[in-house]
Amino acid sequence: MSNPSDGARAHVALNRFGLGARLGERNPKDPSGWLTAQIKDYEPAPAAMDELPPSATIVTTYRENGAKLRALSPVKRLKVRQAQHRRGRELYGREVEARTTVALTSQTPFAERLVHFWANHFAISADMPLVTALAGSFEREAIRPHVMGRFEDMLLAVETHPAMLLYLDQVRSIGPNSDRAKRAARRGESKRLGINENLAREILELHTLGVRTGYSQADVTELALAISGWSIMGPDETVEPGGGAFRFKPLFHEPGPRAVLGKIYSQEGMDQAEAVLRDIAHSEATATHIATKLARHFVSDEPPPSLLDRLQLAFLKSEGHLPTLYQALIDAPEAWDASPRKFKTPWEWTVSALRAIGADPSTAKVAQRAKQLGQPVWRPQSPAGYDDLAASWAAPDALIRRVEVAQQLARKADPTLDARDLSKALIGPSLSRTTATEIARAESPATAIALLLVSPEFQRR
Amino acid sequence: MHRRDFLRNAALGAGTLFFAPRMAFANVETDRRFVFIIQRGAADGLDTVIPHGDPSLARLRGSLAIDPNTMHKLDGMFALHPSLGRLADFYRKKQSLFVHAIASPYRERSHFDGQNVLESGGVGPYQVRDGWLNRLSTLLPKSREEAIAFAPTIPLALRGAAPVTSYAPSNLPEAPDDLLARVTTLYDGDAELHRLWSRAVETRGIAETADARQDPAAVGKTAAEFLGRADGPRIAMIETAGWDTHGGQKQRLANQLGGLDKMIGSLCDGLGDVWAKTTVLVATEFGRTATVNGTDGTDHGTAAAAMLIGGAVQGGRVVSDWPGLAPGQLYEGRDLAPTLDLDALIAMVAAESLGLDPEKTMRTLFPNRPINRQLSGLVA
Repeated sequence: MSNPSDGARAHVALNRFGLGARLGERNPKDPSGWLTAQIKDYEPAPAAMDELPPSATIVTTYRENGAKLRALSPVKRLKVRQAQHRRGRELYGREVEARTTVALTSQTPFAERLVHFWANHFAISADMPLVTALAGSFEREAIRPHVMGRFEDMLLAVETHPAMLLYLDQVRSIGPNSDRAKRAARRGESKRLGINENLAREILELHTLGVRTGYSQADVTELALAISGWSIMGPDETVEPGGGAFRFKPLFHEPGPRAVLGKIYSQEGMDQAEAVLRDIAHSEATATHIATKLARHFVSDEPPPSLLDRLQLAFLKSEGHLPTLYQALIDAPEAWDASPRKFKTPWEWTVSALRAIGADPSTAKVAQRAKQLGQPVWRPQSPAGYDDLAASWAAPDALIRRVEVAQQLARKADPTLDARDLSKALIGPSLSRTTATEIARAESPATAIALLLVSPEFQRR
Repeated sequence: MHRRDFLRNAALGAGTLFFAPRMAFANVETDRRFVFIIQRGAADGLDTVIPHGDPSLARLRGSLAIDPNTMHKLDGMFALHPSLGRLADFYRKKQSLFVHAIASPYRERSHFDGQNVLESGGVGPYQVRDGWLNRLSTLLPKSREEAIAFAPTIPLALRGAAPVTSYAPSNLPEAPDDLLARVTTLYDGDAELHRLWSRAVETRGIAETADARQDPAAVGKTAAEFLGRADGPRIAMIETAGWDTHGGQKQRLANQLGGLDKMIGSLCDGLGDVWAKTTVLVATEFGRTATVNGTDGTDHGTAAAAMLIGGAVQGGRVVSDWPGLAPGQLYEGRDLAPTLDLDALIAMVAAESLGLDPEKTMRTLFPNRPINRQLSGLVA
């Protein structure tokens, strides 16, 4: 491992931990102190997100319209529905713009990177119309408030958020011996009522313990029974001031004790699954899983075992206190190796490019660009989220698209920007002779900027 | 100069920079084409190739039951989903066949592990680092153009030592030639980026009339443009997603299967005469529960159906050692039980499609897994 100079440490802090240097930004004098300070300076609710509606309002709007819809003729119904979906997509666009604005202007880019990390760890995918409309609220309500808190609180906020409950088909999961199912049987309803184990499985596999850590199909089924009744408000319910759209529905809940991972939970109602989740959140397997994902995100696709041990220990000893975990990462020598090991994902590359040229967030068209580059925001089409490995992003076609987007960005950049000066500020001590030469020889200032943005040094962090 | 001319000239002029030597036409080892379509998310085999002759089906499927009059009957036991009209036509022309109750060696129910096993060819997840489709391309003579993924990035099945390219239609404006030429120099000293860039430039040069639309028919058409060329790739992979139907399965699966049907249909239309030499294999990581769940969908299961389509396929039949759907016959009391090994099917079909030795193909693609000679003769 090379021993990084001060300049190299500043570069690592800005690019590997942060979101890339902003145009005109000075190197932090004390790189690790700069990162630590962001833990307390972090803004959970930045001004750029003030005007966005809470999830309860979004759900209510859809549900009210749903009730009205049924009274309309099929043709009118289709029209109203299309208009509703258009509004949902518009809201999604505003949410992406707000996220981008914060990412481009934030004074705490390390904290913002952590927001993006957690939102992808607890991934939803904006595929269905209502989940598309709710995607931004999920990050604002379930992720942002808990990034500097405890893992278990984030976990509960995530699993009770309407976006997650809808995305993983939880809202109509009904215990086979619940009051609702018994009523259906008495009435001779033909429709079969039962659980849906999707959310329960992904909680264990993706959100907490990690796959192949010893849980069984029986544990998945028991957890699914424990969370039966975790749902969202119905069409005739109203939101209380400050209340959310989550509802625990006792009618849907499977009665009786549950056995998950060898422990019996005899609580009643909502408390039962909450107790399960809090136990799982503290487990060793969860600590290993989170440590591995965090190390892979910040350090390398194959993080060194010494780093994994540090992070896992920090998680376990602090019982999932996330700032303690982040501090362990900042203090880890493995994280400061001067040679960049991570190939930027499309989102990371786009954000760092826009910061580098000081782009105006309102015209950055990030939603469209991220999609063109293969990583539409909040839409991984899989509850596993986007992959954090170079092999997933470094591909022939993906690379040529970056060149095309770089050209677009460079054309719109301030024409007085000099790529030669910019390259020294952005890439610093690791600027190669080839890159410096090619930038200096470019046929136009715009081409020089584009070359800088697609240079090997700028593609990695 | 037009962009594509630039790319082609760049590829020809700077041969040492851009591509490995290639003896097109001189050495006609195989003119056969092999296409692997992955269904990510666990496609429901029981709704795709419907065992309408099984007496337990109606009881299990409840709200998902499909009207028998709309199905495409294959024989007394099996029928195709109503959305698979083109595949049913191929069946009548003996150009498609279906393999049922089949599964990879994976027996848990995680999508990501299941896909890893299916694509890597390992016995368990993350045991093998490269993909079986990449290893398959190493069995072809080096003079062939590399395998291609119709996606911006390379899926695991195609990752590995053999060079592979990727292509997906883009509606981004093209970058100017000066920039492209300079990027080439810029990446000279960077092994990883140089390799990727060379492939990208070559592939874009090929895409003459590729359609920018992303709909399934356009994907099939684009794939046909690459595979139809005499000196084009012989191995290709297409990814499809959206098969994880935990809720609202009836409508969602109808759309999904309709898209797949269109894609394969337009691949056939675009390939023309080459279709006669083509085999398309469609497979998923695992199946879904036999019983409908509480939300009009199905949860993660075990065995599923695989499909073979193409002019080279000895079709018009369903290959299955049907395990039955009665309560005692289900795997772990919930899923269709696997009676055929997907690895063995893939190896045998790939070997016969490309004229390779089945034993060697099995060893290379799925080390230490048993070959199944009963699956020979599916491809002419």
